[in-house]
Amino acid sequence: MNDTMSRYRTMIGHRLFWPAAVLFVMLAANTIYRPGFLSIELKDGHLYGTPIDILRLSAPLILVALGMTLVISTGGIDLSVGSLCAISGAIACMYISKQPDQNSLGVVVTALAMALGVSLVLGAWNGVLVAVIGIQPIIATLILMVAGRGLAQLITEGQIITINSEPYRAIGLGHALTLPLAIFIALAAALLVAAFTRRTALGMIIESVGGNAMASRLAGIRSGRVIFLVYVISAACAAVAGFMMTANVSSADGNAAGLWVELDAILAVVIGGTSLAGGRFFLSGTIIGALIIQTLTTTVYAMDISPQTSLLFKAVVVIAVCLIQAPAFRARFSRRRRNAPPPATIVDKPKEQVPA
Amino acid sequence: MTTGTLTAGRTRFRLPRKQIPVLATLALLLVMYGIGVSQYTAFSNVQVIFNVFIDNGFLLVVAVGMTFVILTGGIDLSVGSVVAMTAMVSAALLQDGMPAALVLVIALLIGPTLGFLMGCVIHFFEIQPFIVTLAGMFFARGMCTFISGASIPITDGFWTSMSQERIGNPQGNFVSISVLVAFVVVVIAAYTLAYTRLGRNVYAIGGNPQSALLMGLPVGRTRIAVYTISGLCSAIGGILLSFYTLSGAPLIAVGMELDVIAAVVIGGTVLTGGAGYVFGTVLGVLVLGVIQTLITFDGSLNSWWTKIVIGGLLFAFILLQRLIGIRYK
Repeated sequence: MNDTMSRYRTMIGHRLFWPAAVLFVMLAANTIYRPGFLSIELKDGHLYGTPIDILRLSAPLILVALGMTLVISTGGIDLSVGSLCAISGAIACMYISKQPDQNSLGVVVTALAMALGVSLVLGAWNGVLVAVIGIQPIIATLILMVAGRGLAQLITEGQIITINSEPYRAIGLGHALTLPLAIFIALAAALLVAAFTRRTALGMIIESVGGNAMASRLAGIRSGRVIFLVYVISAACAAVAGFMMTANVSSADGNAAGLWVELDAILAVVIGGTSLAGGRFFLSGTIIGALIIQTLTTTVYAMDISPQTSLLFKAVVVIAVCLIQAPAFRARFSRRRRNAPPPATIVDKPKEQVPA
Repeated sequence: MTTGTLTAGRTRFRLPRKQIPVLATLALLLVMYGIGVSQYTAFSNVQVIFNVFIDNGFLLVVAVGMTFVILTGGIDLSVGSVVAMTAMVSAALLQDGMPAALVLVIALLIGPTLGFLMGCVIHFFEIQPFIVTLAGMFFARGMCTFISGASIPITDGFWTSMSQERIGNPQGNFVSISVLVAFVVVVIAAYTLAYTRLGRNVYAIGGNPQSALLMGLPVGRTRIAVYTISGLCSAIGGILLSFYTLSGAPLIAVGMELDVIAAVVIGGTVLTGGAGYVFGTVLGVLVLGVIQTLITFDGSLNSWWTKIVIGGLLFAFILLQRLIGIRYK
């Protein structure tokens, strides 16, 4: 019995427990509200259903949040990802729309390469501002966040660029092995990042820089380069997410593409248990966080509540998850429990054991 | 008395370096105004300046509140949404036929309450201001659409008279009530920061919260106070905006927090806290206003140039603060 108790304790204490529990509760609530929620059906060799939709729509957010996780684990923050999504989507769509044959694979690949290149340059700009000039990350990336929207509108000349390109559309809506292609892209990115950070020393180096940049520099780590690198990675992730967002609707809108995605991404990272102070990061937590946010959005749509009102629910979830994870809140809570008179705990114990 | 002379002596010693950002903003403002006057004859009309104030009065009030928060090293992302929520609530209540005075009181209470709650969460549970105010932003914006999905017009007599009241001289130049309210807020804020205990505490916490705590300053109370002040300023800003537009719309003032932060930074306040002036914030708001006016006067430039120019200015001013050696973390 003690064993079950301690196992229960370790499970509760596990960093993924609360995010996973929240996700599970939301899915369960949805299924109760709408019994068909979890059903998946096979049509024309493709799987369809709400869970698949949630996975597909969360792909861009997962990508952005992956990059954001690395940036946040160095103690930084990247506010410019939303603007970068808009810029990369705008460049790709603009180039494709100017070509005579929009369906040619070569054109699409060139467009993607160009947009990715520009995004990497912009990521490098962020990296230089933070790592070389030493500007506080929140401000350094605020510059590109404000100016980037302007740049995206400049590229699209304030218009919404509509394209008709099958290969490009496939990035957002295509299928592979009965599942949407976007899921595989996000999964591949997640595995790539996980492999590079957890199978090499890179992850630990990033965490050490986040823990104490000066100390890790004295220990022989080139902190500057690591910080520079994470901003470039974040920009690359944002660029691919931008392709997905624009491919979903086959058009690029400099104003609306990727709007607020930086906030959602930061939320996903924080819900996943990565501290904004840096020093530790959890990629699996981030992915669960992104799924929670997308499930919430889908739930609200399914319940016929206006998308703006969904922000109310988001606020509640954010505060709840942050409070549960905040050490100060936990300390207060457990202190109160410990302060309770001893008989109460004795009475409590058998109660818990009965169902076990 | 003694502390007064002591600080005066020290500021005289450090004066140039500390005030370079504010002076640079002032210089930039004068240069931009000069360009405007030399390019467009109508620009020299005093009314152009008054219009900048009329169009940006609410922004100015909100930016003053943000200055308090940023001076303590925090940030408040909820301001734009609180502005919208205040305007929305007043419009909805007025539509239901509530008397104007009561609506004014209720609307002015919502913002500070939300700010107070956010401050408490930030202080007692040690969650980053960024995340807490982000949740506040979501909450307030969600409340707006919860109240109504469409914009609500205001037809109340008090509101329309406040909106149409023009205070001017015989030459036909005028300002609106909003500008006067904004000025009063600026003066009170400047006095609070410069001459009261609260103001000293704000600077001390921004400089180094640990030292402030060890000195026995009320860190928690001050921190909660600045978010409450920011909430109050946002609420006043929301009322001014509803005077200006005579309606409450759920999607008004989206992204306003960025303009406000940009104005505060361009005004020379350091984002890690501890250094900056309300006067600088006023200049920062004016710079944004004059950029918009210049782009409107030009006519050939599109609205997105505003964003690019603001981004460029942000970069220039941050670089300047860096070069003259104001320390960033």
